[in-house]
Amino acid sequence: MKSLPAAWQAGALSAVKNIIMKTELDLNTLLYWYEQMWTIRYFEDNAIGSFRKGLFTGSTHPCIGQEAIAVGAGAALRETDQVLATYRGHGHAIAKKLDVKRLMAELLCKETGCSGGRGGSMHLCDVSKGFWGTNAVVAAHIPIAGGVALSNKLKKNGRVTAVFFGDGSTCEGAFFETLNMAVLWKVPLVLVCENNGFAISVPTHMAIPIENIAQRAQGFGLPGVTVDGNDPVPVYNAVSEAADRARRGEGPTLVECKTTRWERHSAISAGKYENEEEAMKWKKVDPIPRFTKALLEKGATEFQLKELQERAKKVNDEAMEFALKSEYPKPETVGDFVFA
Amino acid sequence: MAEAINEAIRHEMRRDPNIILLGQDIGAYGGTFGVYKGLLDEFGPERVRDGPLCEAATAGFGVGLAISGMPTLVEIEFMDFMTLASDAMCNQAAKMRYFFGGQVRVPMIIRTPIVNRLGLGAQHSQSLEAWLMHVPGLRVIIPSNAFDAKGLMIAAIRDGNPTVFIEHVRLYPNKAPVEEADEPIPLGKLRVSREGKDATIATYSGMVKPCLDAAANLAREGIECEVLDLRTLAPLDCEGICASVRKTGRLVVAHESVKTAGAGAEIAQTAMEGAFDYLQAPILRVASKDLPIPTGKLQDVVFPSAVDVEEAVRKVME
Ligand SMILES: Cc1ncc(C[n+]2csc(CCOP(=O)(O)OP(=O)(O)O)c2C)c(N)n1
Repeated sequence: MKSLPAAWQAGALSAVKNIIMKTELDLNTLLYWYEQMWTIRYFEDNAIGSFRKGLFTGSTHPCIGQEAIAVGAGAALRETDQVLATYRGHGHAIAKKLDVKRLMAELLCKETGCSGGRGGSMHLCDVSKGFWGTNAVVAAHIPIAGGVALSNKLKKNGRVTAVFFGDGSTCEGAFFETLNMAVLWKVPLVLVCENNGFAISVPTHMAIPIENIAQRAQGFGLPGVTVDGNDPVPVYNAVSEAADRARRGEGPTLVECKTTRWERHSAISAGKYENEEEAMKWKKVDPIPRFTKALLEKGATEFQLKELQERAKKVNDEAMEFALKSEYPKPETVGDFVFA
Repeated sequence: MAEAINEAIRHEMRRDPNIILLGQDIGAYGGTFGVYKGLLDEFGPERVRDGPLCEAATAGFGVGLAISGMPTLVEIEFMDFMTLASDAMCNQAAKMRYFFGGQVRVPMIIRTPIVNRLGLGAQHSQSLEAWLMHVPGLRVIIPSNAFDAKGLMIAAIRDGNPTVFIEHVRLYPNKAPVEEADEPIPLGKLRVSREGKDATIATYSGMVKPCLDAAANLAREGIECEVLDLRTLAPLDCEGICASVRKTGRLVVAHESVKTAGAGAEIAQTAMEGAFDYLQAPILRVASKDLPIPTGKLQDVVFPSAVDVEEAVRKVME
């Protein structure tokens, strides 16, 4: 990827400028977002730490460096709206207010986990919160989200479905097919692409020959906008606008959030492409210090911020303790949940 | 085994400049599990085509290249994602030569690994070989060691028919001595991995090692098992299976895929049809439970073990 902001400053950002200007967010709201960003960051730190300690096997895909998207978009949605995400969806689960204890317990495959300890890091779910789960087959959840959104339309319940996915997902047929159907049937769907510059080892430019993924929307007849995904405010504004549009019955919107991936694809994958410089790029554009600075400028105090950060850590410490203390599912329950 | 497959592909790409590789993460990264190491450097990005994440189109491009005289190897990163490539493979590649009256050849191979017991859960742990055996027009190759993998990969490329080459993540580190000579191994011929006179264990891929362990344990009890590594499931070595069963009179079939409608059912019935008069006990199957695969320790309940194989053999010996 080209040097970060410059890559999309030119055209696409100006397209959303008017949206950004529209909303004045009060400091308390922003402080809550700040706390959420830290909650996600600490959760992911614990996830990586636990994996490295061997507390669970498989893998885990941190959204470190991408927290602003989960938080900004999450804030733009209502409690009754639905969210679907990928294996890199721990942040979305937290933004949708899933119980952090049960999330960590799920990572450790404990019976108290949000998916009964059967799903693990890639299959988090809490239907009671409108979180219809994270999926491990790239892009497969995008048409499913389309179906959930269609059900909202048929039931006239005023709900909106938001679906989160990576840049790589936008190369899959399931993505393109969903765009067509969602526009055709005007379903209340918000498609949020987190363009983090990589699909495992493949840099975005080697897979996608256009500058902005939002441009993909054009040929399908839906609005596409590109925003700075390392700042929750523009993400919030774009997703709010898209959700309003969906609620008005005008159909789906594609929101591309430019961001930078954490140092590698998952806690295990490593390879030649992961040179030190590339791997540490996310730190230079880390949304948390950036948001901290913005909040201080807006009048927040150092003390306030520290307190919120500590609270986020405490929530995660407690979650870790809860997860460690919880039991594994009993072997005789292995066949539960296959059929209704 | 990763190294052996790499050598086979390299060897064939040197021999035939038309061979193309398609897939995701196969370039600088060298493949999700390292099978493509160094191929980009040697053959360049025209032939080693890393790119977008789109299994359906990648497999479709593979068919198009193959029928145009460019044998193509397509990588599917986990066997679970065969579902996305399956139209190109099962409805196109497998049938095209037939429905076009023999006018085209489809030299296309999908390489894909079984990635189980790692705790990656229900969408990253499956063994779907039985689905593929059910499609006339496909070859299904499933080696258990580095030596066979190399010879079978060379044979598959030279065979020039639609093939699914199923690897196993646990076997990638396997470095069984690979002979200098790059000899193809005939498709449809099993390997007798251990000779024995009392009972036959027919198996393949990730279960070969547990079956050999079980056979070694049983030998201490005086039960001599013959372990068959099937190596290819389509074509299946029916004669090889029946010959062994005629000798031992007993058969246990073991695989890591789920039991119902698995390869084991086909293998068992093959023995019934070809060696019924010799059977001294009912044929038993050792397989995974008919369940989606959970993460965590719970997965151990689902997969079969060497102990399960031993128990099944003792049972057929009763
Ligand atoms: C259909 C499918 N193909 C391949 C994979 C293996 N895989 C897992 S994540 C991934 C990269 C996805 O990249 P992107 O959509 O950009 O999301 P990111 O991981 O960067 O968040 C791949 C290839 C998969 N899980 N599903």
